[in-house]
Amino acid sequence: MFDTTHSVHAMARRELINFRIGPQEFCVDIMAVREIRGWTPTTPLPHAPAFIRGVVNLRGAVLPVVDLGVRLGLPPSEPTERHAIIVAQVGRQVIGLLVDAVSDILTVGDEAIQPPPDVASERVRAFVRGLLAIEGRLVSLVSLDHVLPAQELDAA
Amino acid sequence: MDPMAAIRDTFFQECEEQLGALETGLLTMEGGDCDPETVNGVFRAVHSVKGGAGAFGLDALVRFAHVFETALDDVRAGRLAPDGRVLGVMLRAADALADLVRVSRDGGATDAERDRLLVEDLKALSGSPQPQAPQPDAVASGSADGGDMDGFAFQPLRFELDAPPAPAEQNWTVRFRPEAGLYAKANEAAVLLRELGRLGSALVTLDASALPSFPDLHPEGAYLSWTIDLATAQPESAIREVFEFVEGDCELDIAPAAGQPPGDTGGIGDIDLAALIQQSQATMAAAPVAPGVGAPRAAEPAPDTGIPNPGRASRPADAATAPASKATIRVDLDRVDGLIDLVGELVINQAMLAQRVSEAGLPRSSNVALGLGDLEQLTREIQDSVMAIRAQPVKSVFQRMPRLVREVSAMTGKPVRLLTEGEGTEVDKTVIEHLADPLTHMIRNAIDHGLERPEDRAAAGKPADGTVRLAARHRSGRIVIEVSDDGGGINRARVRASAVAKGLIAPDAVLSDEETDNLIFLPGFSTAETVSDISGRGVGMDVVKRSIQALGGRIAIASRPGQGSTFTMSLPLTLAVLDGMVVSAGGQTLVTPLTAIIETLQPRTGDVHSLGSGATVIAIRGTFIPLVDVGVALGYRAEPLDPARGITLLIENEGCARAALLVDAIQGQRQVVIKSLEANYRRVPGVAAATILGDGRVALILDVDAIVAASRSAAGQAPEFTPAAGFAHV
Amino acid sequence: MTVAKTVLTVDDSRTMRDMLRLALSEAGYRVVQAVDGVHGLEVLQGEAPDVIVTDINMPRMDGFGFIEGVRRSGLHRATPILVLTTESDAEKKSRARQAGATGWIVKPFNAAKLVDALRRVAA
Repeated sequence: MFDTTHSVHAMARRELINFRIGPQEFCVDIMAVREIRGWTPTTPLPHAPAFIRGVVNLRGAVLPVVDLGVRLGLPPSEPTERHAIIVAQVGRQVIGLLVDAVSDILTVGDEAIQPPPDVASERVRAFVRGLLAIEGRLVSLVSLDHVLPAQELDAA
Repeated sequence: MDPMAAIRDTFFQECEEQLGALETGLLTMEGGDCDPETVNGVFRAVHSVKGGAGAFGLDALVRFAHVFETALDDVRAGRLAPDGRVLGVMLRAADALADLVRVSRDGGATDAERDRLLVEDLKALSGSPQPQAPQPDAVASGSADGGDMDGFAFQPLRFELDAPPAPAEQNWTVRFRPEAGLYAKANEAAVLLRELGRLGSALVTLDASALPSFPDLHPEGAYLSWTIDLATAQPESAIREVFEFVEGDCELDIAPAAGQPPGDTGGIGDIDLAALIQQSQATMAAAPVAPGVGAPRAAEPAPDTGIPNPGRASRPADAATAPASKATIRVDLDRVDGLIDLVGELVINQAMLAQRVSEAGLPRSSNVALGLGDLEQLTREIQDSVMAIRAQPVKSVFQRMPRLVREVSAMTGKPVRLLTEGEGTEVDKTVIEHLADPLTHMIRNAIDHGLERPEDRAAAGKPADGTVRLAARHRSGRIVIEVSDDGGGINRARVRASAVAKGLIAPDAVLSDEETDNLIFLPGFSTAETVSDISGRGVGMDVVKRSIQALGGRIAIASRPGQGSTFTMSLPLTLAVLDGMVVSAGGQTLVTPLTAIIETLQPRTGDVHSLGSGATVIAIRGTFIPLVDVGVALGYRAEPLDPARGITLLIENEGCARAALLVDAIQGQRQVVIKSLEANYRRVPGVAAATILGDGRVALILDVDAIVAASRSAAGQAPEFTPAAGFAHV
Repeated sequence: MTVAKTVLTVDDSRTMRDMLRLALSEAGYRVVQAVDGVHGLEVLQGEAPDVIVTDINMPRMDGFGFIEGVRRSGLHRATPILVLTTESDAEKKSRARQAGATGWIVKPFNAAKLVDALRRVAA
């Protein structure tokens, strides 16, 4: 609460976790990332959307695991021990994101992040907040806010 | 967090406690016990709400609390007898106060007309017009002037601090002679003189002429007096205010000075406090005062302030006898929850370890296995002890009910007496939070539907006041709560007719009395001929039952015509752990709450009948019961399991909807730690919660009712079964 | 700056205790707290406050009883005691003074008023 100075002088620089799903590269803000774990088998949830792989035990907490590729409209993964789960904080919830591999931590300035082009599909616009060109590769900055389906869908 | 916002939260929490104490106290008084401590407690509760409300500028709350407090003060002082009428008004006032608190916290509005009438009623109780409630700041206006300069006034400066145009400075002569009583109250002349000096510039003259010779000197007497020539721009009231606390304990004379302003005398402009005190002390140095000798106060002893008080600097070495305070501590709930979570982890880890040891093939008699047994025992005990920390008496929920009873009683015109028993019965906080809604509904129902109208009661030879009894007790590791009324009992003919009319049962269905009574738990069932305000629309006993079952509880009804009905609910003592049966279905490991299971059966092929449209029933001892394939119901497999290769769990739904769950295999029974799915995900249909098993993997805990209900609707409008099961398939 | 002065506050209301603590610690006082008169006397066995601030209406032992207890004690009878009260009527004040109160603070108070009253009694 009191000691937040370390994040202040980073100002316009931000750190991003760079990962891969299939041939495509993505990144998320490191501030949202709690830890990165290897894949462990999930317990499937009944009647869940296809992008929900199920739940896992993270030190006593029950964590949903999202197949981020499916959520972004890519084919489903066949997870192996080499796959990774990015444990991320989204609002008040902690979720796991299944990705093929985590490759790097990128440090970029805000100016390097370009808005996604208007021609992008609705799904891309829902999840991709910006695009970065890193050493000739295209990396999509993913926003995690809407990765889980809206809570109120069956709150009633 | 803004500290004031945090204190505001505390205030509202405290209000809840005080309002609870207020109501409990008033009800105790209503029961005839007007012990002074009870009356004081009631007074204090309102007083405390008023005090805090004043601090937060909640004027409406202050005004109401003030009128209420005035009436209570009359009771406390014996000016007003707390009879039934008076307590009736006060109970309603307590309800209104609770509403005002809630509105102050959450916004909105109270029923202003009701509040106004209550204020009138309260004032009428006292029999005389009440003084106006103090306006939060008006009461303090006396000290406002003097306080204005606080930030600046440490040095007595005579210029530029007053707001321009500076009022003209005036000269005053103040004669001040303290009496012993002034010192007895720990006022100090030197401090008063210093304060006086802050008003302007002062010339202080000590008069020690009254100081007796040493042998006559009383150690705690008052012998000194002072004359102060003060030049100040402050009004006389500011000077008087300095002496506000010592009025009556000194001779004081304040008069405009005849002479020149002290500044012009070329003498002492400012008070040198240190010098002044030295002066006093030098004068008094001869007095052999032994502080702590403790002359009896009755003889007007007073420590003279001229003497430095060694007691201030020293720590008392011995402790006088004082009653030991109650040994309780207040702990942040987060810490307790954290501890409970950790113990949950411990239980899981212990189970994992036990599984590994067993997999390793170590004999049961090996030291490791024996040690593990001890560990398991210890873990259980730790878990029980830790859960006990969070246990709370059901009182916090029970004490909300009298108000409800009063309101429903007023709305229905049925006089009601509420009896409560066992409100000290403890249950985990997680359960308590879920009790209020079902209890509220059951009590409303008991008054609205259970109790007869007064004239009908009279005709039946019953007392005009109906009785509703609310009781809690522990029974075999669960808490049992009963809501009973002495009304007419369930009108079975009407219930049956209503159920037939709504198509809930076949017209020719043969039902036992008990089965008929249980029809009221069916969704959509309502016997009220007119939908009343009290029981509400669309909320029936089926909702109560669902919410109790969601807590792993059960509800049952017993009714005797003409004598009343009793609803009994039993609930687990905690929602943190659950006794479950671990089963597998469709390749997944699942936990079924043990409380839902009546028995397990190995079905034979001939017992199972398909009814088409996906519905299947199983014949158990001559009765056909719906059979639900859990693997299919949860979507873990598409094709139903051959019942002959599985196991069925016979499920009890409090008599009104028995069903059988078909699973692949039973793995065993185990106490499991309940983990929320909603914390990081959301509610999942058919799943009550999750847990973590010995292998570290997550297993889902079945919501048995939801699965049965869903499979019914999935099977479409189910056909009529045999008459015995006829009512069970809604 | 010398060592911070210590104030003992005696009040059964958590809200008031929190407000007193906030106001007094912001004004640089060291604050010790008690929840009623009995507790206040217990605390005084191990503390030597420069000023005591007490409520009147409290369970177990009210403010009057507490003040009398302090004034009867050997060690603290010269400690200034300010009475916190919502009552502005003369009767309560006079009872408190008879018991030995040094001065009073009328609730609701603000931090400035509180600190002002403390200064007016503390050496």
